Amino acid sequence: MILYEILFSPFIDFTFMRRALVGAMALSLSACPIGVFLMLRRMSLTGDAMAHAILPGAAIGFLVSGLSLLPMTAGGVIAGLCVALLSGTVSRLTIQREDASLAGFYLVSLALGVLLISLKGTNIDLMHILFGTVLALNDNALKMITSISTITILTLAVIWRPLVAECLDPVFLGSISRIGSTVHFLFLTLVVVNLVGGFQALGTLLAVGLMMLPALSARLWCVKLESMCILAVVIGLISSYIGLLVSYHIGVASGPAIILTAGAAYTVALVTAPQGVVRSGFTPKRHRIA
Amino acid sequence: MNSKLKSAILTTFLVSAALSASSEIASARDRIKVVSSFSILSDFVQRVGGDHVDVVTIVGVDGDAHVYEPKPEDAKSMAAAQLVVVNGLAFEGWLDRLVESSGYKGPLVKASAGIKPNKINNGHDHDNDDEKHNNQAEGATKAVHDHGEFDPHAWQSAPNAQVYVKNIANALCEIDKSRCPDFRANAEGYSKDLASLHDTIKTTIGSIPKNRRTVITSHDAFGYFSSTYGVKFLAPESVSTASEASAKDVARLIKQIRKRKATALFVENISDPRLIEQISKETGLKIGGALYSDALSAKNGPASTYIDMMQHNTSLLSKAMVEQ
Repeated sequence: MILYEILFSPFIDFTFMRRALVGAMALSLSACPIGVFLMLRRMSLTGDAMAHAILPGAAIGFLVSGLSLLPMTAGGVIAGLCVALLSGTVSRLTIQREDASLAGFYLVSLALGVLLISLKGTNIDLMHILFGTVLALNDNALKMITSISTITILTLAVIWRPLVAECLDPVFLGSISRIGSTVHFLFLTLVVVNLVGGFQALGTLLAVGLMMLPALSARLWCVKLESMCILAVVIGLISSYIGLLVSYHIGVASGPAIILTAGAAYTVALVTAPQGVVRSGFTPKRHRIA
Repeated sequence: MNSKLKSAILTTFLVSAALSASSEIASARDRIKVVSSFSILSDFVQRVGGDHVDVVTIVGVDGDAHVYEPKPEDAKSMAAAQLVVVNGLAFEGWLDRLVESSGYKGPLVKASAGIKPNKINNGHDHDNDDEKHNNQAEGATKAVHDHGEFDPHAWQSAPNAQVYVKNIANALCEIDKSRCPDFRANAEGYSKDLASLHDTIKTTIGSIPKNRRTVITSHDAFGYFSSTYGVKFLAPESVSTASEASAKDVARLIKQIRKRKATALFVENISDPRLIEQISKETGLKIGGALYSDALSAKNGPASTYIDMMQHNTSLLSKAMVEQ
C-alpha cells in the first residue's frame, strides 16, 4: 500500500504528472538512440551548441509574429538546421572537423540572435519563453513531442543500415554508395528537430541530458550497436520515471531530478559495467580514438 | 561625460539661482532629466515632477526588471541624467554596474527608503534559478541578482506608494529648490489620490469573506498587497517564472485548489503563463486574468498608470474571489 502510494499515486492523482511522464518518455524513445549515434560520431556536445544556435530563428519568429510559440519554434528549427547543415557541409569539404565548424557557426548564430533581439529593443527574454518545463506540458507540446518521437523512430528504422555504415566506416560506405551525405544530413535534421522540440516542451537541460547521458551509460555496458540503443532507451525511460517521483516526493525541480537520475545510472555504469572504470580502467590502454 | 555633467549641474544651479531671484520665468525650457529603473517608478516621477521633468525609463512597460541587460543607450541617458531613481531593496541587481559604467555621479534615490520591508518568506529565492538558466542559454553576461532578505515589491501597497512619492519629491526639491513648491503640491495632490485608492482597495477586499481570499499567482510579487489588504497569495518560488519547477510544489497548489482553499488563479503580465494554464486545466479553475505586478501596461492597456494598475488588480482579484 505504501509502495503503491510512493510509486503510482502521484501519477494517478495528478494529470500534470502523467503528462510529464508521457512527454519525458516520448523524448527518451527518440532522443536516446540519437544520442548513441552522436556519441559514436564524437558529437556529444552538439546539443549544447544547438541551444545557442537556435536563437536567431526564434528571434525572427518573434519579430514576425510576436510572442507565439509555433513561429518561434519553427524559426528555431530552421536556424538549428542551417547551423547543423552548414557545419556538416564544411566538415565534408574542408579539413575542419565537424565539432570545430559547429562551434564556428553556432557562435555566429548566437551573436546574430542577440543582435536581432536588441534591434527590436525589447527586454523580454525570448529563450525564457521558448524553453518550456516538463511540468507544464499542454496538449500542443505533447502532440509535438510525440509526433517528433514517432517520426524519428520511423526515420531511424529506414536509414538504419546506411547510418550505421556512415558512422562507423564512412570510407566503405562511400566506396559502395553515394547515399552517405544524404543519410548524414537526414540524421542531423533529426538531431535538430529532437533538440528544438525538446527545448520547447521540456527545457534545455532535459532535452540535451536525456539525449546524451543514457547513451553514455549504454556505451559502457554494451558492445553491439542495437543493444546499446535499446539499453539507452530503457535507461532514459527509467530515469524519467524515477526522476519525476523524486521531484514529487522531495520537492526538487523536475528537469534536474530526471537528469541526475540518468547521471546516477552513468555513475553506476562507470563503476560496475564491463567497460567501466573498475573493470577495464585499471589495465592501461592506448588512448581511444573512437 | 564628467565635464558635461558638471556643466549641466552648474547650469542648473545658475538657472535655479536666476529663477529664485525672478521666479515664474518659463521653467519648461530646462526640464530636469530623470532616469528611473522601471515603469512604475516613472509614473511616480511624472506625477510629482509634472512638466518640470523628462523621465527616461530603463525597463519599459511589460518588461521584467528582475532580469535586464542594459543597453548602451541606457548608459548614455544615465550619464546625461540629473537624478536617478531606483526602487532599492535589491530589486534592480543590474543597476549598480550600470551606474558605475555610465560615469553618473549625481544623486541616486532609493524610492523605497523609509519603508519597513517585509522579510521574504522562507526559501523565497525568487527567480534566481531562472536567471542562471538564462545566462547559460544566451551565453550573454547578465547581472545575476540576488534579492537578499527583503521582498522588493514594496509598491504593491498604496501607503508605501505614498512613501515613494515623498522620497521622489524630496529628491527633486534637492535638485531644484525654486520649483520645489510645485513638486510638493503635486506630491500632495497625488498622495491624496493614493489615499483614496487605498481606501477603495480596502473596502473592496474587505467585502469578500476571509475564507475566499486565497489566490494563486505565477510569481511571488504581491507580499505587500497581501500584508496590507489581507489577500493570501500562493506562488511557490520555484513555480514562479522559473522554467524549472518542482512537482511537489505544483501538486501542492493543485491540492489547495481541490480542497477549495484557493479560489482563483492568475497569470502576470511579465511571466510565462504555461504552468498556470496547466494547473487551471487540471483543476477546472478558470484563470482570473493577468495581474500587473512589476511593470505597467502600454498606454492603451488596462494598467498604464500606477493607480490604474492597482485598481485593475483589485477588481480582477475581487471578481475572481467572489465568483463560483
